[in-house]
Amino acid sequence: MIDATANNASEEPQGKTKTSLLTENARMKARNAAEKRFQYYGITAIVIGTFFLVVLVWAILSNGLPAYQQAVVKMDFTLTQEQFDEAEAATLKTRVYTGYFISALEQKLNSEGIEAEFDAVAIDRILSKVGGEIRSFYRANPDRIGEPVTFELPAASRVDRYIKGGFTREDLTSDNRFFHQTDFDLVDALVEGEVIRSAFNWNFITGVDTGVDNAGGAGIGASVLGSFLMMLVVLCLSLPIGVATSIYLEEFAPKNRFTDFIEVNISNLAAVPSIVFGILGLAVFIQFMHLPQSAPLVGGLVLTLMTLPTVIISTRVSLKAVPPSIRDAALGVGASKMQSVFHHVLPLAAPGILTGTIIGLAQALGETAPLLLIGMVGFIARYPDSFLGGFEGPNSAIPAQIYNWASRSDVVFTEKAWGGIIILLAFLLTMNIIAIILRRRFERRW
Amino acid sequence: MPISWLVLIIIALGAVGFFVGRHRALASAGGESRYLHSLPVFYGSSVLFSTIVPALLFIIVALLILPGLIESRVSEIIPDSEIREGSNRGLVMAEVRRVAEGLDNAVASGAISNQMARNVRADFTDMTARLREAGQVATSTVTVNVLKAAQAYRSSINTGQTVVTVVALLIALGGLGWSYSQSHKDFRARNFVERGALALLIIAASVAILTMIGIFLSLIFNTIEFFRLYPFTDFMFGLTWSPSFSGRGGSSQLGIIPLLWGTLYISFIALIVAVPVGLFSAIHLSEYASPRVRSIAKPALEVLAGIPTIVYGLFALLTVGPMLMSVFGRDGLGIMGGASSVMTAGLVMGIMLIPFVSSLSDDIINSVPQAMRDGSLGLGATHSETIRQVIIPAALPGIVGALILAASRAIGETMIVVMGAGAAGRLNMNPFEAMTTVTAKIVSQLTGDSDFASPEALVAFALGMTLFVVTLGFNILALHIVRKYREQYE
Repeated sequence: MIDATANNASEEPQGKTKTSLLTENARMKARNAAEKRFQYYGITAIVIGTFFLVVLVWAILSNGLPAYQQAVVKMDFTLTQEQFDEAEAATLKTRVYTGYFISALEQKLNSEGIEAEFDAVAIDRILSKVGGEIRSFYRANPDRIGEPVTFELPAASRVDRYIKGGFTREDLTSDNRFFHQTDFDLVDALVEGEVIRSAFNWNFITGVDTGVDNAGGAGIGASVLGSFLMMLVVLCLSLPIGVATSIYLEEFAPKNRFTDFIEVNISNLAAVPSIVFGILGLAVFIQFMHLPQSAPLVGGLVLTLMTLPTVIISTRVSLKAVPPSIRDAALGVGASKMQSVFHHVLPLAAPGILTGTIIGLAQALGETAPLLLIGMVGFIARYPDSFLGGFEGPNSAIPAQIYNWASRSDVVFTEKAWGGIIILLAFLLTMNIIAIILRRRFERRW
Repeated sequence: MPISWLVLIIIALGAVGFFVGRHRALASAGGESRYLHSLPVFYGSSVLFSTIVPALLFIIVALLILPGLIESRVSEIIPDSEIREGSNRGLVMAEVRRVAEGLDNAVASGAISNQMARNVRADFTDMTARLREAGQVATSTVTVNVLKAAQAYRSSINTGQTVVTVVALLIALGGLGWSYSQSHKDFRARNFVERGALALLIIAASVAILTMIGIFLSLIFNTIEFFRLYPFTDFMFGLTWSPSFSGRGGSSQLGIIPLLWGTLYISFIALIVAVPVGLFSAIHLSEYASPRVRSIAKPALEVLAGIPTIVYGLFALLTVGPMLMSVFGRDGLGIMGGASSVMTAGLVMGIMLIPFVSSLSDDIINSVPQAMRDGSLGLGATHSETIRQVIIPAALPGIVGALILAASRAIGETMIVVMGAGAAGRLNMNPFEAMTTVTAKIVSQLTGDSDFASPEALVAFALGMTLFVVTLGFNILALHIVRKYREQYE
């Protein structure tokens, strides 16, 4: 630097060109252009970053929202007592119910003046199990026989996708035995007659996983419960252990090797890849302790170990933020060290601790890799029988269920996977908003 | 559920102890709490404490040790003749456990009586037939010795549970009795309770250490087991990754080099995406942006960090992969074979790392002293010259630390590569080829019904060990650099 200025100073008198700070010479122009360019690099980088975010959100919403819509067949239907008896006496009972439904459908279409050709087989293709659904309804509610009932029956998954636009006439191969070219005309006619319409798919939120034969009926409910049970375990373990650790380290620990060792371990734990925690869970909880595989209890234990560093770090920050004068005042009026911490410091730090815990829980909720190793990706087709049994019985979790769906080949499950992501993100968003509100409302500046 | 009932009983005992302890202490002071050494609540707590805590700790320790103890005892029963060619003790033990579970279920469903399940001299063929009838035994090879071992397994689990229950209750009652007798007005109850509370805090703090030890042990034992079955040099320097699950051992080639190559290649592409974008946005946000822009752009980037990796995985699998396919695939340039490739996973991982790089660099750039900026600007440097020639060199160690942290994140990332990178281990330069990584192979080797005794499953632990050592090394290095750098400017 010094050399450069010295050179400049000796060169300038020789040039003898008159310059002004107000006029830009070539060199200044180049420097200013470089300055502008540099700024644009930064702006471009930010724009790229936000562009990725927008693409991601767009991909999630455009692929996932259709999972919440479902094509349903809405029909007013009246079954007389004679019809019921006749159907129950038949050998193929559901077939008779399907027949009733078809004649009711014909009547409705005729009254609206819509021409459509169909037979029982076509209806079976479009509506899958209409006869069975009607039968089970009337068997469960025999008192409704004779009065008009409005049925909302889910249409077959191909009809669903045809209406959403994911399945077109060109996609249909001639050897497809689930769907024929003529069925499209029938569906069009039914849509025109307002028999088939889109409705909100509650079953997706409350239902359980299904096999390939009923892809459209798969729901995420059981895995939401699995995630909830895991989060309960994580909360019940990581909050007390994390807070106790932080209190010890922040308020009581002498400065010695043991304390340093704990600190090093905590910061290293925070950086261990999540899959390694899965290996730990597999080896210690399942291989060594023989806890049941695929159980939310084990999942919760593994995620607790992952969440602990987050809880500990945020708790220590909020304990540090409580001014020493509070402790001194408590000690001054005769409280013991323990009393000053538990009666005064801890309550003041509570909002910060809660915020950190919620953020830790949100991280744990989205974690997938360790769950794959402890076997929480199985096919879970029913809810657990009891609350306590739910901890030990096999279950899935929201992200694991999404992974499971994504690895199946049927396109309907892909849509479900995106839909599941919307639920997952909705939970995360809610938790983060709660954390932000807690922080805004209760954070105290000393 | 005997354990949960046991815990409830002990807690109930403690609750009772709380009230009787408090009452006795108050009574000893003639009902006047000011004659007591401590507040009445401390006398109650001391009884509660000494009833519950030792008993519960005993239960936890017993639950940890008991399975291993039973395992080794039952394992001794199995004669060596039972271990067939190509099998080992662990496999036979797994069989024993399955049969024992089958017996349990058969008893629960009423197919056989409890008496029968316990009877060692029971007719063997009859038993297997009944078990199969009850749909409990899938394999056809239940031998007499396995059945005997299974019966021993069941009975030792039963005795184990009884012993644990009795001892835990005795400990609880003993604690209750002792502390109840101590509850006197001169007993220093507060000191006692507070010492106990401190001990609990220390135990809680040790969980972090225990976890680390747990990780280490679970990795090291299984890794040693793996290297007993598979030579170390073949694993470390093998150029082929082709596990075969059909033939047990022997035919598998488990070289880590293709996996490491895939891991590093994907991480490298991720960093190529994340570092320029992250670094330049950090520079812009901390040096140029107005507070308004900063308050919008910074959280927007950080949202990317809060999104779970499964979302990125799905994004790679279903959006980015097909998108790249349409450009580089058969319809386009023709250099991409399938939607999953190094590029797919690398790009998406790069997006995931952007906020990580940008927020870490932002912190580091902000901690460069203002005096250095002012000095440079005062000498006539433009803003960008100040950044390039003063701030970046000053912040370089910290930024390098941040990049190492980002790299270790990329190496340890699992879901994106499981869903986006493919499954075949390859040594190849083409970024549009499907390759696989260490983490993806850990998942695929340990998912499903693999038994833990075959080298194909155990290799996952050796891979995990590699991953653990590498990421831990990276992190310690990065934290060391960042700390050094912080100290320089404080």
